[in-house]
Amino acid sequence: MTYVAIADQPSELHDPHSFITRYVWSQDHKVIAIQYACTAIFVGLIALVLSGLMRLQLGYPDTFSFIDPSDYYQFVTMHGMIMVIYLLTALFLGGFGNYLIPLQIGARDMVFPYLNMLSYWFYLLSVIILLASFFVAGGPTGAGWTLYPPQAILRGTPGADMGIVLMLVSLAVFIVAFTMGGLNYVTTVLQARTRGMTLMRMPLSVWGIFVATILGLFAFPALFVSAVMMAFDKLIGTSFFMPAIVSVGESLNYSGGSPVLFQHLFWFFGHPEVYIVALPAFGLVSDVLSTHARKNIFGYRMMVWAIVAIGGLSFIVWAHHMYVSGMNPYFGFFFAFTTLIIAIPTALKVYNWVLTLWQGNIQLTVPMLFAMGFIFTFIHGGLTGIFLGNVTVDLPLSDTYFVVAHFHMVMGVSPVMVVFAAIYHWFPKITGKMFNVTLGKIHFWATFLGTYAIYLPMHYLGFLGVPRRYYAIGNTDFIPESVAALNANITQAAIFVGIMQLVFIINIVWSLIKGKASGGNPWGATSLEWQTPETPPSHGNWGPKLPTVYRWAYEYGVPGAKDDFVPQNMPPDEVPMQDGAGKFKDHTI
Amino acid sequence: MNLYRILTEMPWKGHQDEAGALAAHPGGAVSVPPQKVALRLFLGVVGVMFALFITAYIVRMELSDWRPMPESSLLWFNTLILFLSSIALQWTRLALNRGQASKVKAGLLLGGLLTAGFVFGQVTVWRQMHAEGYILYNNPANSFFYVLTGIHALHMLGGLWVWMRASFRAWSGATMEKIRLSIELCTVYWHFLVLVWLVLFALLSYT
Repeated sequence: MTYVAIADQPSELHDPHSFITRYVWSQDHKVIAIQYACTAIFVGLIALVLSGLMRLQLGYPDTFSFIDPSDYYQFVTMHGMIMVIYLLTALFLGGFGNYLIPLQIGARDMVFPYLNMLSYWFYLLSVIILLASFFVAGGPTGAGWTLYPPQAILRGTPGADMGIVLMLVSLAVFIVAFTMGGLNYVTTVLQARTRGMTLMRMPLSVWGIFVATILGLFAFPALFVSAVMMAFDKLIGTSFFMPAIVSVGESLNYSGGSPVLFQHLFWFFGHPEVYIVALPAFGLVSDVLSTHARKNIFGYRMMVWAIVAIGGLSFIVWAHHMYVSGMNPYFGFFFAFTTLIIAIPTALKVYNWVLTLWQGNIQLTVPMLFAMGFIFTFIHGGLTGIFLGNVTVDLPLSDTYFVVAHFHMVMGVSPVMVVFAAIYHWFPKITGKMFNVTLGKIHFWATFLGTYAIYLPMHYLGFLGVPRRYYAIGNTDFIPESVAALNANITQAAIFVGIMQLVFIINIVWSLIKGKASGGNPWGATSLEWQTPETPPSHGNWGPKLPTVYRWAYEYGVPGAKDDFVPQNMPPDEVPMQDGAGKFKDHTI
Repeated sequence: MNLYRILTEMPWKGHQDEAGALAAHPGGAVSVPPQKVALRLFLGVVGVMFALFITAYIVRMELSDWRPMPESSLLWFNTLILFLSSIALQWTRLALNRGQASKVKAGLLLGGLLTAGFVFGQVTVWRQMHAEGYILYNNPANSFFYVLTGIHALHMLGGLWVWMRASFRAWSGATMEKIRLSIELCTVYWHFLVLVWLVLFALLSYT
């Protein structure tokens, strides 16, 4: 028996009839994508402000009386948690995943539009619960984004009363939201692809999002389990993770629990989470690079295999976050080994990006600048990762600014570069308007050079042994005085980069109102979303007939073709050719 | 679906015409309904969650303060009821295939009632244990017992919600074809949760 996928039945799509069903309780994947993206960027801006406040304290200690140590730890915690989960995960999968999956595989919508809508509203609920913790007694939790017990729920840690509870509840709600969305994305990719769209003809964006979603589905349960058990320890007094402990001179009712058990569970989620963010970024940046270099992506199949391999490996490296927790040396050796193995598929991807550029017809558009910026920052962050993947190097560096520099390069700046590349790249399709190029370039150079000014010196601070997590260093013998000057400079750069993000916001808002019409395919791109009959695509995406896919999404720089590219859905005998170039033929090797 | 063949396809070669494109991937019609694909994935997610709980259980069990709970004979009875509910749903599904509408309704009702009986039975076990002094926070063995059985019961309640919708439609005169998918999904979900319960029960009984 065969079933016709909902994505192929225009009659089964719920046609929105009112403003409310069209823009608020919408089941259209494009509207849900924009809702996800706007919410994520909104909380991301809050996290950006928090990082600015942290930097003010670090750069100018004893200056700002409104930042006390508790505030500082709360800023650190909320900054980390928001950026990793509520901004990047939600934006890449809920935002870009929702927008691009149906459009790039030639579907009318996700296979479960109602579930998709619920996913967004649960996400919004999780964000509201998270932000509510700023307003409860004691404020949000200051346990660090890893929420390690026992300190996370002990008196003395900021937000140990209500803050941590709201954080755990918010995470649980987020995981429910993600699971609803994730089931949708995976099923849609597997089942709703249009005619001719084999898995290996999907753009790499979809591959990245697809594999990242599978990782998320199987990694988030670990966070859920640890959050549930920690909530029991906190609220009911069980001892899953809590050892016997004396707190502020008082012996608590806990005994025998294992904090390291929490760490294992947390990082069994935490490391795949890195790739839940990175894989969509890898995919999106591949498409941006190929389009703006007017050249097919180098080694498409290797790129897909690498995404799958990285996804698989990401589940067996988690304990490299726990070298300093103490472990059997053989155990450490195993995790160092698997960690370094990940460098192979990752390096392969980097080579392929660079080789895509080689002899390409590079267009230095704003999305291309961000995409190339990503290659720099990612190589940079990746190389320091090789340092830290080795146990013996990690031990002295683990508690220093070297780690802060490493993961901000690889997991902060790099994905954000791709976020901007992707927003600028798809902005004309999403809105039908073109952004302001000059403002975009200012935004790029300020962000790219600015983030280097922030994180490059931090490596040096790390080698000097400057400890991370400290509210203030004070007078410490082994730390030279010049560190204070460097810290002040880093803060200046951070504030500058933070303020320059306003340029981006202004550009987006201004272009939305006043931007020139972009046309349907301003970059001359091949993938299906650029071939929709209307821009922005209407409800149902494709008009009466779904597109038929004849080739992969990387037919750029085609010799003899009038437009130098051939869209995925253009029949071979209809490709416009230059005079005397003969008929178009697809590659056959 | 041959994974090796998918991953070694040479995508740079185009389809020469529409027939070629359709031969490579017909699109549109699928042989398995998306709800079933999503359910299998979801069972994978739930399976991982229980596997992680069980791993945590085994790690925590090794620590010195673990004092095992006594076995409740009622749990054997509950296990039997849950097992029967799964059989009832399987029977419903067979009746559905033979087009016997009245048996479908009876099987559906029986399956749901037995499941509700199981959940009620679990609550009774909790109350008994609590009354005998095995309180949630007294010992990690107790904590795990309540949390594992509680999460499992919550999943049963989630299943009952879907069951309720299917039953409501069956009784309000929907054709058998319209509720076929719901019943099939319920049956798979029930079998899975029986399997999870058997693993949990074995774990709780023998440790």
